[in-house]
Amino acid sequence: MWTLGDKYAIAGVGFTDYSKRSGRTVQSLAVEACGKAAADAGLAIADVDGIISFHFNDSVPAMSVATGLGLPNARYAIDYQSGGNSANLIIQTAVAAIEAGMATSVLCYRAMNGRSGFRLGGGRELAAHGITQYTAPFGWITYPQAMAMWCRRHMIEYGTTSEQLGTVAVTCRRNAALNERAMQREPITLEDHQNSRMIVEPFHLLDICLESDGACAVLVTSAERARDLRHRPVYIKGAAYGGGPVQGDDLFDAMRWPDHSRNYAHYIADDLWRSAGVGPADIDVAEIYDCFTYSVVMQLEGLGFCKPGEGGDFVQDGRIDRDGALPINTHGGLLSEAYIHGLNHVVEAVEQLRGDAGERQIPGAEIALTTAGAMTCGGAMVLRN
Amino acid sequence: MTAYQKPVPAPDADSAPFWRGCREHRLLLQQCKGCGKFRFPAAQFCPACRSDAAEWLEASGRGTVYSWIVVVHPVPGDIYRDDVPYAVALVDLEEGVRMPTNIIGCDPRYIRAGMAVTVTFDDVSAELTLPKFRPA
Repeated sequence: MWTLGDKYAIAGVGFTDYSKRSGRTVQSLAVEACGKAAADAGLAIADVDGIISFHFNDSVPAMSVATGLGLPNARYAIDYQSGGNSANLIIQTAVAAIEAGMATSVLCYRAMNGRSGFRLGGGRELAAHGITQYTAPFGWITYPQAMAMWCRRHMIEYGTTSEQLGTVAVTCRRNAALNERAMQREPITLEDHQNSRMIVEPFHLLDICLESDGACAVLVTSAERARDLRHRPVYIKGAAYGGGPVQGDDLFDAMRWPDHSRNYAHYIADDLWRSAGVGPADIDVAEIYDCFTYSVVMQLEGLGFCKPGEGGDFVQDGRIDRDGALPINTHGGLLSEAYIHGLNHVVEAVEQLRGDAGERQIPGAEIALTTAGAMTCGGAMVLRN
Repeated sequence: MTAYQKPVPAPDADSAPFWRGCREHRLLLQQCKGCGKFRFPAAQFCPACRSDAAEWLEASGRGTVYSWIVVVHPVPGDIYRDDVPYAVALVDLEEGVRMPTNIIGCDPRYIRAGMAVTVTFDDVSAELTLPKFRPA
C-alpha cells in the first residue's frame, strides 16, 4: 500500500492543443507538453532528471522525449507498455523512483496522434496470435466491443439502463462547454444520446469516448521541493494500483474475469482510501476514467460512492453535476475533452486544486480523486491542495 | 473461390490441440491432472495448482450465455460489412470455463442472459473451423 502520503506533489502541468489532426509528429507533441509542464512548475529543464510514459507502441519512447527536450541527465527514462490503466500508475512509480533516489523531478506524459495516426483497435493483423486467437476470429476486436460485454453484464445483474448511462455523457459534455481545450463543446441532451447511432449494443456512439491527437504532462517532485516552486503544490495524498486475481493476458482479455459487473476499482478501493486517510464522502471533485459511460458507473460503485448496482441511480438527479454532491469530469473527460488516455484527468484535477480552472472551477475544491482504468486493472489517486 | 479474409487464429504450442479438435468438430478442453480443474484458454501450467500434467477431453458442448454484445458498426468495415449485426458472447460451459464465441442461428434480439446454447462447428474455410454456439 502507498505510504508516502503528502511527501510528493505535482508541481506543474502542460498540454498541447487537442485535435483530430495535429499535422505534427508525436515527438513534437510530447516535447511541447513536457516543456510546458516544467515551465509551469518554474523548473529549469536542466533540473528535470526523470521522464516516464505509457503507450501501445503508438507514441515515442521516453528517451526520445528526453533527447528532444535536451535533458542533460535523464537518470530515469522509462516506458510502460499499457493503456489508460497506467495513467495514474506512471505518477505513482515516478514518486517511487524519486523516493529511491533514482531521480528528483520526473515528467510524466502521454502523447499520440490517436485519431490521425495509429487508431486504437484499428491495426490488427489477420493472424491472431496469443490470447487474441480466441477473440478476433469471432469479430471481437475493438475496445468498444470489449467493454460492451462488461456493460451488458452490469445491465443483466442490476437492470442498469442506457438512459442512465446517457446522463454521464450529457454531464461530461455540459462541463466541456466551459473548457476551451475540449474537442466537443456543443451541448447534447439525453435524447441526442439515445438517438445517436448504435455502434455495438449496448453502446450508442455517445457512450464512446473521442479519439484525439495531443499530449499532456505533469511534473512530479518532492513536496519539499515543490513548495519552493511557482504554484501551490498539489499533494499526492493517497494512491493505489491493481486489479483482480485474473487480470488477463492483455488489456482486452477478460474471459477469465470472475464478475464483469464490477471492475478493477472494486479491488483497489480499500488500499486507496486507507492510504489517503479519507473516504468517498471527502471528495470535492472526481475526475473518473470515462473511456465509456458505463466505466464511470462501475468505478463509482467499486470505490464505494454507492453500493454495487446503484451506480445507474447515483448518476441521476444532478448528483454528478458541477454543482452536485460529487462533480465529475469537470473538463469533459475522455468523452468530451479529449482522449489523452486519462492523464488529462490528472491535469484537470491539478488545475481544480490550484484554483486555476477558470469557468470550470469547483469553488473550494480541496480534495480530488483521479482514476485510470476500466476493466481488470487500473489505478487511482487522492490529491489535495 | 476467394481466400478467407477475416482474422484467423495462429495456433501455438499450447493451443494447437484445441484448434485441431475444432477442425474435427470436437470441442476439446484441457483438464488438469493435478487438481482436476478444466482450463481455457489453453496453457502449459494450471493457474490453480501449477501442475503441467493435463489431458485434452471432449467437452459436452453445452453452456449458457453469460454476457453478449451485438456488433452493429463493422470494424474493420471492409471485413465485417456483410456480417453486421452479429452477436459475440461469453458462454459458460458446463465444465466451468468461459469461452468467447458467436451466437448463430438466432436473431440477436432474442439472446438473453442464461440462455442455454450448444456448440456448432462452422467450417469457415478449408483450413479453419470456429466453434460457435446456437440456442439449445
